[in-house]
Amino acid sequence: MKRLFPILAVLTAIFLAYALHLALGKATPTDAQQGDVYRIIYYHVPSAWTAFLLFSINFVASITYLIRRKPKADMVALVSAEVGVVFCTIVLVTGPIWARPVWGIWWAPGDIRLTSTLVLWLIYLSYLVLRRFSTSAQTQMLAAALAVFGALDVPLVYFSIWFFRTQHPQPVIGGGGSMDPRMLHVLLINWLAFLCFAFLVCWSRYRLELLHREVEEAHAMKSLQSRAPAKTSLPLNRSPQ
Amino acid sequence: MSCWSVTLATLKKDIRLEWRSKDALNSMLFFSLLVVVIFAFAFDPLAEESRQIAGGLIWVAFLFAAVVALNQTWARELRNQVLDAYRVSPAPANALFLAKALGNFIFVSVLEALMAPLFVVFYNLHVLGPAWQLIPIAILGTWALVVNGTFFAAMSLRTRSREIMLPLLLFPISIPAVLGMVAGTTAVLTGDNPAHFYIVLLLTYDVVFTTACLALFETVLHAE
Repeated sequence: MKRLFPILAVLTAIFLAYALHLALGKATPTDAQQGDVYRIIYYHVPSAWTAFLLFSINFVASITYLIRRKPKADMVALVSAEVGVVFCTIVLVTGPIWARPVWGIWWAPGDIRLTSTLVLWLIYLSYLVLRRFSTSAQTQMLAAALAVFGALDVPLVYFSIWFFRTQHPQPVIGGGGSMDPRMLHVLLINWLAFLCFAFLVCWSRYRLELLHREVEEAHAMKSLQSRAPAKTSLPLNRSPQ
Repeated sequence: MSCWSVTLATLKKDIRLEWRSKDALNSMLFFSLLVVVIFAFAFDPLAEESRQIAGGLIWVAFLFAAVVALNQTWARELRNQVLDAYRVSPAPANALFLAKALGNFIFVSVLEALMAPLFVVFYNLHVLGPAWQLIPIAILGTWALVVNGTFFAAMSLRTRSREIMLPLLLFPISIPAVLGMVAGTTAVLTGDNPAHFYIVLLLTYDVVFTTACLALFETVLHAE
């Protein structure tokens, strides 16, 4: 596994470079109305899809943890939330950069996709804050519960703003919008490249978390052994890896 | 003991404690009074403008004030290990949760009943829409705040610096509810558009999150 990682990293870097070349290259047509500004879509939309995918993984992993109490499920939830927040931040930064020249405003308050993405970002930020502030033994349980609340909140946020007039362009796929097939092709290639990148980051973060927990476990065991026979219950809720 | 008798006993105990100390109510009242006065200085609105912004101001003031009360909900049970005693007792966890949420609901409702006239006076409000709709908006909105607030207060008990944690957890989740309350209240005050949609939204929010809280509270209470 350790040897596989650098190979995959190099392959992903090449793939990302190729996707960038396609996105900015002359072969991909320029938008008739927006000009070259539109090319930010190749970063904005794949980041959004990746972020939503990671948040869905987080939700499934949290539910799994609540039912099965497997530490691995919790680690997947943590990793997907962290990387998801990063991609969601990219979405929230690239969106206004595109909106300023095209809409004439940085941000459209009341727009359904903008606001719900922002709220989603805030919810997962609070999830990460909870994980940071919580004392170690109960973190997983509380975080999983919060993830469920967050996932329940998202449709409500969407529903609560749905009847405001929405400024955001209709979704490219499944939303009735039309797009040049060449553009769609580049968009999907970029998404694939972003997915590879996200997977790579998640993997390395997962390994880091695994090591971190093993070190913690070892410290705990050591301090238990060095003491007199313990009479209190262990503050650990996970089985040794 | 049945679930309801545990709920009633805990609720009675909380109300009696609050009646004797008046800690939560006094601090909430003074806090929201300060918010009203500071907003009145900051905006200095005319009658027409104040109708537009009053819905937002009222609910922001109540939201901040409710956090003050919510933070004290469980802190009270930590003294003398009351919460630990509760956890080892056979009483159902949801009974405790319901009692705490109902208690907070009563405290925040009292606060709203006392502060609402003050808002009317300070901002020269004159309701243009059907005023009775403010009652379901207030009831559903308050429940939306306290049910999640009580849950997250129990959650933040187990974190460092829990007083700061509660708003950080509560506010992002409460955004749809706050939007419903603020937009609904503004709709009634200005009489521009019907508020039914927001009442349905608040009702949906309440049903969804009350269910979620009841389903997950036991897990959070016993998280170890």
